[in-house]
Amino acid sequence: MYTYLKEICVGTWSLLVGLAITIRYFFQPVVTVQYPHQALPMPPRFRGHTELVWDEKKAGHKCIACMACQRACPSGCITILGEKGEGVKQKTTLASYKLNFTTCSLCGLCVESCPTKALDFSKEFNLAGTTKETYVYDLLKRFEEKYS
Amino acid sequence: MTLHPELVELIRIVAYIVGLIIFIALNAAYLVWVERKVAGHIQRRIGPKEVGPWGLLQPIADGLKLMTKQLIIPYGVDVTLFKIAPILVMIPSVMCFVTIPFGENLVARNLDVGLLAIFAFASVNVLGLLFGAWGSRNKFAIISAARVVSQNVAYEIPMLVVVITIVMVSGSMNLHDIVTQQMGGFWHWNIFKFTASPLMPVAFIIFFVCMLAETNRAPFDMAESESELVAGAFTEYPGMGFGIFFMAEYANIVVGASLATILFLGGWDSPVGIFPGVIWFLLKMYALVFTVIWIRWTFPRTTFYSLLNLSWKILIPISFANLVLTSAMLKVF
Amino acid sequence: MSVHATSHIGETFVLNLGPQHPATHGVLRIKLTMDGEYIAQAEPVLGYSHRMHEKMAENRSWHQFLPNTARMDYLHALAFNLAYVCLVERMTGIEAPERAQYIRVITTELNRIASHLVWFGAFVLDLGGFSPLLYAFDDREYILDLLENVTGSRLTYCYFRFGGVYNDIDEDFVPGVKDFIKRMRSRIPMYHSLVTKNIILVKRLKEIGPIPAEMCRKYGATGPVARGAGINFDVRKHEPYSLYSAFDFDVPVYPEGDSMARYMVRMDEILESLRIIEQAVNRLPDGSVMADKVPKSIKPPKGDCYQAVETARGSFGIRAVSDGTSTPYRMKLRSPTYSNLSLFAEASQGMLLPDALALLGSLDLVIPEIDR
Repeated sequence: MYTYLKEICVGTWSLLVGLAITIRYFFQPVVTVQYPHQALPMPPRFRGHTELVWDEKKAGHKCIACMACQRACPSGCITILGEKGEGVKQKTTLASYKLNFTTCSLCGLCVESCPTKALDFSKEFNLAGTTKETYVYDLLKRFEEKYS
Repeated sequence: MTLHPELVELIRIVAYIVGLIIFIALNAAYLVWVERKVAGHIQRRIGPKEVGPWGLLQPIADGLKLMTKQLIIPYGVDVTLFKIAPILVMIPSVMCFVTIPFGENLVARNLDVGLLAIFAFASVNVLGLLFGAWGSRNKFAIISAARVVSQNVAYEIPMLVVVITIVMVSGSMNLHDIVTQQMGGFWHWNIFKFTASPLMPVAFIIFFVCMLAETNRAPFDMAESESELVAGAFTEYPGMGFGIFFMAEYANIVVGASLATILFLGGWDSPVGIFPGVIWFLLKMYALVFTVIWIRWTFPRTTFYSLLNLSWKILIPISFANLVLTSAMLKVF
Repeated sequence: MSVHATSHIGETFVLNLGPQHPATHGVLRIKLTMDGEYIAQAEPVLGYSHRMHEKMAENRSWHQFLPNTARMDYLHALAFNLAYVCLVERMTGIEAPERAQYIRVITTELNRIASHLVWFGAFVLDLGGFSPLLYAFDDREYILDLLENVTGSRLTYCYFRFGGVYNDIDEDFVPGVKDFIKRMRSRIPMYHSLVTKNIILVKRLKEIGPIPAEMCRKYGATGPVARGAGINFDVRKHEPYSLYSAFDFDVPVYPEGDSMARYMVRMDEILESLRIIEQAVNRLPDGSVMADKVPKSIKPPKGDCYQAVETARGSFGIRAVSDGTSTPYRMKLRSPTYSNLSLFAEASQGMLLPDALALLGSLDLVIPEIDR
């Protein structure tokens, strides 16, 4: 009988304690960010899809079309086309940099493998589209559009 | 020219019925909104806020969405039972409101057996859930049906025993009379009527717990228990079929809270003994409804056997003890 | 109190729990033969998210397999990272600098706490309590923000590299971690009074879903499941890797073997992880975070190697066979929940459906890790 009554009392008390906690939270301010209306600042190291970075010295991108990123990519989502430059020591220049973002896993191996540090992560995360082709980015074209 | 008294009575009844249905529909819609808001704030988020100011148009948007959905009758269901079940759940809840006195003169039909009528209708509600679950021919729903029936059988006993105690104290089954006897300040309310039985507050808690179980609310939502039975009895119901079950659930909560208010908290009586009115009734009733919501967002769900254990081992003995105590004290004093 | 069906006379029916069911956390399917509400027989059906990680490893270089490790156990990705990195470092003899090792321990333990918090929330959600999930996510958000600032991602981290870590921590990290430790220590008592002591939860977990030590050994269960059955085994303590031997922490062990014991093990582990993080943050040395001479193309010498780490769910092991080329010859992944789940069939026999789901929740399943 004693344990029976004790269990009832302890049980009821534990329920009341729980109710006290939730009602306390009920009157406390909310902690969520109302996302489309407010947004948190993006952390500087956020990994969006990659992009070519602007270089002051060269007044353009630094990519030398060495294919290191293409080889490093685990998912094979980078396709680089280089073309022989005219005249100047026959250097290869970048003709197109295709990034298939549908298979990219944002591991960053391409950024790390780049010998000239020509790649970096963008801060884009609001991506939506209706076709797969939307996510096959031509990074060179995007770069030219951004800095033209 | 004077109207025929029977015609007046007819108009009165129709007006009440229409008013009650509007009251129920508004309650169901906006209690969902309140529930989502309360849940949000308990969980330290805002809840609905995009549709209208403070999300106040959210229930209307939800209702429209449910109504425009196609009513799919799944292959292999018992069509008659499947279709009749939501109606069978909804109608008794509406009928319960008929005898509930909201104020001194605000009652659709003041029956002498009002209390009995409410319990009679409330039991039909179980039948609706059982039909719906059984007719769905879904295994989750069938498990849910079995749970609903045994849960309701188990919880009607302590509830009725507590109600008998109240009937003994007030000597009437007329809800209007029960309230009238508690008039004149909170010390006259049945919950504090220690001259009848010192266990009266406990009886109120028992009644409240049984009400939670009867209306299938958390932590006793065995019928729905979404993490076990997906949606229990309502698994197969599309669109407004589900919507009606949902409305009935909230209507039942309002009935339960109203009944608790009438039986224990003095109905429309004001706590200080002056200015009684319908506003007090609504305040008390919604305070109870808020508690119901608050409980839901605090506790985990019980299991089925601990639910039955609670009923048979704790609630029924205590309510019987209260009954015996009350009858003894009534005899003595 | 546990209720067991004594006989299975009469008709039974088959109940398909999953692959889409709220309690299976993903795409696990359990074929239940039910006798009323009692489970006569349970048969987990796996493979709905099988992605052939082992085969993938044989087709890519050692470097390229790194992001795969994070995609098995999405809740404790850094421990899987760590296992792979430790393995390759052992095979090739690369030594990570001390600062990198400390950072690895701090981030892995933070990630472990995040994983336990998700489990805590999801488990209580399985039992029908909603609010604790949101409270746990509130805390977890702190960890995710800390880790996002350092690693750049929030869930599938790819942070550790052979010979170090991808980049150094920023200046806000250490104060942030210290704040978090203080916050988390004050939140745990709240969790205990809201959830652990709640009579409804106690009734649902105490003496429900017993998994004796014998059964754990039979199926190779590890982690909190084994420790909840009284087996004192933690890879961090018994086969120390990385820097774990340098820290002072206890291994919580509960001998009861019921769902409550497994619950308590994990709750205590959060506190132990906080202890490790606190020590590591206080002793964090300066220096570089990357070894000097890491070859561009990793070619471990011929031979094979096994590395086990303690993840939030148990001991995760990788066995890699190298034939001296730049791609692994064979990679075998031993995932902890695969073993932990396999005892479900035996343990759930004769249980009621809600109790079995509580047991399933207490195993802390991450389906992509089972299927790999």
